Amino acid sequence: MTAVIEANGLGKRYRQTWALSECTLAIPAGKVVGLVGPNGAGKTTLLHLSVGLLQPTAGSITVLGGRPGTTPDQLARVGFVAQDAPVYAGLSIRDHLRFGARMNPSWDMALAEDRVARVGLQPHQRAGELSGGQRAQLALTLAVARRPELLVLDEPVASLDPLARREFLQGLMEIVVEHGASVILSSHLVADLERVCDYVVVLVDSRVQVAGDIDDLLATHHRLTGARRDPDALPRDQQVISESHTDRQSTLVVRTEGPVLDPSWSVQQLDLEDLVLAYMTRSVQGNRRPKLETRP
Amino acid sequence: MIRVALRQFRTEAIVGFGLLAVLAIVLAVTGPHLAQVNDAFQSSCRPAGDCATTPNPVFRVDVPLQGFLPIIVTVAPALLGLFFGAPLIARELETGTFRLAWTQSVTRRRWLAVKLGLVGIASMAIAGLLTWMVDWWASPLAAATKDRLDPGHFGWHGVVPIGYAAFAFALGATAGVLLRRTVPAMAATLVGFVAARVAVGNWVRPNLASPLHQSLSLASTGIGSLNLAAQTGTFSLIPPSVNIPNGWVLSTAVVDKSGKALTDQYVLHACPGYGRFPGAPPSPAAMQSVHASCLNTLSTTFHTVAAYQPGSRFWPFQWAEMAIFLAAAVALCGFSYWWLRRQ
Repeated sequence: MTAVIEANGLGKRYRQTWALSECTLAIPAGKVVGLVGPNGAGKTTLLHLSVGLLQPTAGSITVLGGRPGTTPDQLARVGFVAQDAPVYAGLSIRDHLRFGARMNPSWDMALAEDRVARVGLQPHQRAGELSGGQRAQLALTLAVARRPELLVLDEPVASLDPLARREFLQGLMEIVVEHGASVILSSHLVADLERVCDYVVVLVDSRVQVAGDIDDLLATHHRLTGARRDPDALPRDQQVISESHTDRQSTLVVRTEGPVLDPSWSVQQLDLEDLVLAYMTRSVQGNRRPKLETRP
Repeated sequence: MIRVALRQFRTEAIVGFGLLAVLAIVLAVTGPHLAQVNDAFQSSCRPAGDCATTPNPVFRVDVPLQGFLPIIVTVAPALLGLFFGAPLIARELETGTFRLAWTQSVTRRRWLAVKLGLVGIASMAIAGLLTWMVDWWASPLAAATKDRLDPGHFGWHGVVPIGYAAFAFALGATAGVLLRRTVPAMAATLVGFVAARVAVGNWVRPNLASPLHQSLSLASTGIGSLNLAAQTGTFSLIPPSVNIPNGWVLSTAVVDKSGKALTDQYVLHACPGYGRFPGAPPSPAAMQSVHASCLNTLSTTFHTVAAYQPGSRFWPFQWAEMAIFLAAAVALCGFSYWWLRRQ
């Protein structure tokens, strides 16, 4: 399977602080990837690195086999919708479509006009007068009509109301089905991603905590509840992601390829939200209690 | 990409070239009359041979315009830097649209080159056309005043305004790249542009070529002004001002044959008349006679020397100064590109 994004020890530093560090990833093609993590985790930095808006400080990144943002051809293969969907406030919708046509040899004007009509935008409207949802739709249209192989969206629904969110994600799914592009979108809300993504990358504190197919991840992560005990006593193949203890009871989230055989545990399935939360908590606990650092 | 840049530049271009067109109409309407007045004067004074002494009526025509045009041409490059240069990239960075622009199928290098090239050339065109129009309008005045190389004349004629406009534009664009916000970039552009013009006008232009020297008799220039400080009873001597047609006098000095400068002590010693007025100021007539006899005494040993740039250097200086500002503009554009790429 070819990778759409391949990062090796990728890092980006702004002055003294690392916004992203030691990021190693290989995201397969044909996926809808959710990049999730709290605000300030480095999601935007990773996405900007992948579209060539930023240059890495450390390591390397290849997108669709090339260095991001270096050549017109490389740029043409990646569509990007930046956070808050920036558009030119003084230009009309029609001007924006012309902008897209002149800036992109692969522009599909019929597709763009069709999408604009379908989401109810008037071609003569100035972009400055659009609502947040309409602006996001315009920005998505600009990215999609270039017929990119990879579509990168940075917090596309963060500023939208629930209805606009639903419409936007629906539109996105239609595009994926019709054009078969790979998609990577970021959000700090798991609920946004749950419906559309089949691959997830969890980014916390500038580091990738876990990345993988959602189905695989859900199949290999379990919540174990039972009488209180030391997590170090677990079998070797069970990696503790997060733990919480009361006086009598221990609750662990573990990752394991095999089944959990110990009958004294009650084993529960996780949903995506639980899984992401477990990794976020681990990162916090990890900072506080280094002895719980994961085993390789 | 060029058409995109044109579309984004449309409003500014309409305002800029529109104002230029309005001024062109004003100048086209009033210019011929000015030339007529001058021609009439020349044809009447030439037979009489008093062209140099009779006041030329051309200076009484369109007086407000005569005062206004030098200001327009002087200020125009700064305005171009402020309104064409500073927002060019700062606005994209400020509103976040750079994230849209730089992720299209056009490299950042080409995007920047087209934007800077297009708007930069438009700035230079506006400054060039403006100066050319004003030069044409004011040519009777320039012929009458004979002050081509004078700092008050040099900066709003010829080709230097094109260089100023290119520099102001590039400075504005660069300030926008560094400060990432339009208004601070405008402020920085104004400060930087004024500083550059003052610096070049005062320290670079006088030294573009080594000045010539001209000796003049003391009788023709006077010894300058002698200021009496009432409290201390001492004199200070200020060298005379010298007028060389179309030239730019950098400095003057009163010196003897060996090149030694005239001092205030020497004046007091040679012209004892100056010491005779303690207390009340002397009558103008008495002062006049003291001056005349003093000048007579000093003329035998002293003369005036003026260091100046001759009017014939007008065009070499114009091209040289324009080249300096153009080179600075190109350097600033290169810096902007390097800075944007570095992120």
